Amino acid sequence: MTDSEIIELVNQSLINEFELDPGAMTPDAHLIEGLGFDSLDFVDVVVVLQQAFGVTLREEPRVREVRTLGDLHRLVIEKKRELEASQTGSDSAGRAG
Amino acid sequence: MGLRHTHNLAAQRQVVVTGYGAVTPFGSGVPAMWQALLEGRSAVRHSPMLSEIKGLRTTVAADVPEVDARWIDRKKRRYMSKMSIYAVIAAHEAIQMAGLTPDALQDVRTGVCVGSTTGSTCEIDHLFSEVLKDRNIEGVKSTHFFKIMNSSCAVNLGQALGIRGRLLAPSAACATGMIAVGLAAETIALGKQDVMICGGADELHALTVGVFDTLEASSRGYNDRPDMTPRPFDRDRDGIVCGEGAGIVVIESLEHALDRNARIFGEIDGFAMTGSPGDMANPGIDSLVECMEMAVEESGLGKDQIGYVNAHATGTLRGDVAECEAVEKVLGCDIPISSLKGHMGHTMAACGVLELIATFLMMHNDVLLPTRNLQRPDGTCGRLNLLTAIDRRRVNAALSNNFALGGINSAMVIRRSINDG
Repeated sequence: MTDSEIIELVNQSLINEFELDPGAMTPDAHLIEGLGFDSLDFVDVVVVLQQAFGVTLREEPRVREVRTLGDLHRLVIEKKRELEASQTGSDSAGRAG
Repeated sequence: MGLRHTHNLAAQRQVVVTGYGAVTPFGSGVPAMWQALLEGRSAVRHSPMLSEIKGLRTTVAADVPEVDARWIDRKKRRYMSKMSIYAVIAAHEAIQMAGLTPDALQDVRTGVCVGSTTGSTCEIDHLFSEVLKDRNIEGVKSTHFFKIMNSSCAVNLGQALGIRGRLLAPSAACATGMIAVGLAAETIALGKQDVMICGGADELHALTVGVFDTLEASSRGYNDRPDMTPRPFDRDRDGIVCGEGAGIVVIESLEHALDRNARIFGEIDGFAMTGSPGDMANPGIDSLVECMEMAVEESGLGKDQIGYVNAHATGTLRGDVAECEAVEKVLGCDIPISSLKGHMGHTMAACGVLELIATFLMMHNDVLLPTRNLQRPDGTCGRLNLLTAIDRRRVNAALSNNFALGGINSAMVIRRSINDG
């Protein structure tokens, strides 16, 4: 999955779940002040993105630092890359064993 | 409910109806329901959802056509399953009719009393069959629980309307709707609240239909002719057809209504509940008689002043007969009686209120509606004056029944408005 594909899937997942205006999905959009998210929405952002990308965000401290949509894009890209690296590592370990 | 009986705790303040709203298998709004009832139409249809369920012998239902709920703010709507959406739409109509301002809604003397038979069955199904199927709660969203709480409809209405007064959520299976209105009326009569937005709502799910099918109480002989069932009081009746919807009324103390120059649509004069401890699924005739007797007594009206009975009659073999026997014991054979289940099925927690609204409209329009699909009255029901065609007559007061599985019975005496000509 390329970075742009990840960004596209993040945006589409949030648009579908939270009935957002596609035109408002800019990287500098503030999640609270711009997109209108509240604390319960953040709970569901985590659930929706975990399902969409297979990553674990629930216990991820970096979630608390997310302010903008761009921050969220970067976090999901990082988590996705970490997941891919761990899967590649375990595959390699499996072959070595 | 008024000052007539000093032994009655609830006999404190007269309770009047100033607004009503509905979402029914005929669509959104009371006018859609009333027009369909006047035209004698059926809302019972083939249900693809039911056809997919193995072992379910009923494939017809009275579901609500798709409603547009996008006008409800997402942050309110995210906690709502279909039943709460129906309740909000119906409440919106009722509040508009009553002319209640936002300030009045948010007065601490205004409350909500709305129930459903269960929390959202559709959401419970989704939660356990999809989200939790791997015994992992990481897919549970923040809003799931708010849809499956037994109080979901009441609290969603409370949030949507900004209610600061009492939030009550009675649940009494099929009698939920009338009991919600009755308890709300008593709340006002006792002086605890001035205005109550009350009623019942439910959403169709195979589980509900399956319960009646398991109990051998669902209609299954008309799957190829949906509009021919249910058939209350008819000798060819074969059971219940489940439906969905919401019925909401705005009720208030007479003084409160007069103070704000509200149009008074009718009065709630008597309400009673009894239990039938002998059988979970079949009401005892004596307890039905006691329930109706108590409601009439509380109304302060003579039995000869009751001009119509809106029956609970769902089209089951035993339930219809029991109700007929009980009505005969209380009010005799001559009083006109009909059931509206033949038109729109059994809308569960909504039916008691939808039928109250329809009965008020019958009185207002000097017309009594017949039982749809009643073509050949069952001999054991036939002693009563079962309406098979529209009967144009003036009726000033009526008795409505709403009974439930579990042995919960309710009855209400309502009267046309004193301002109603």
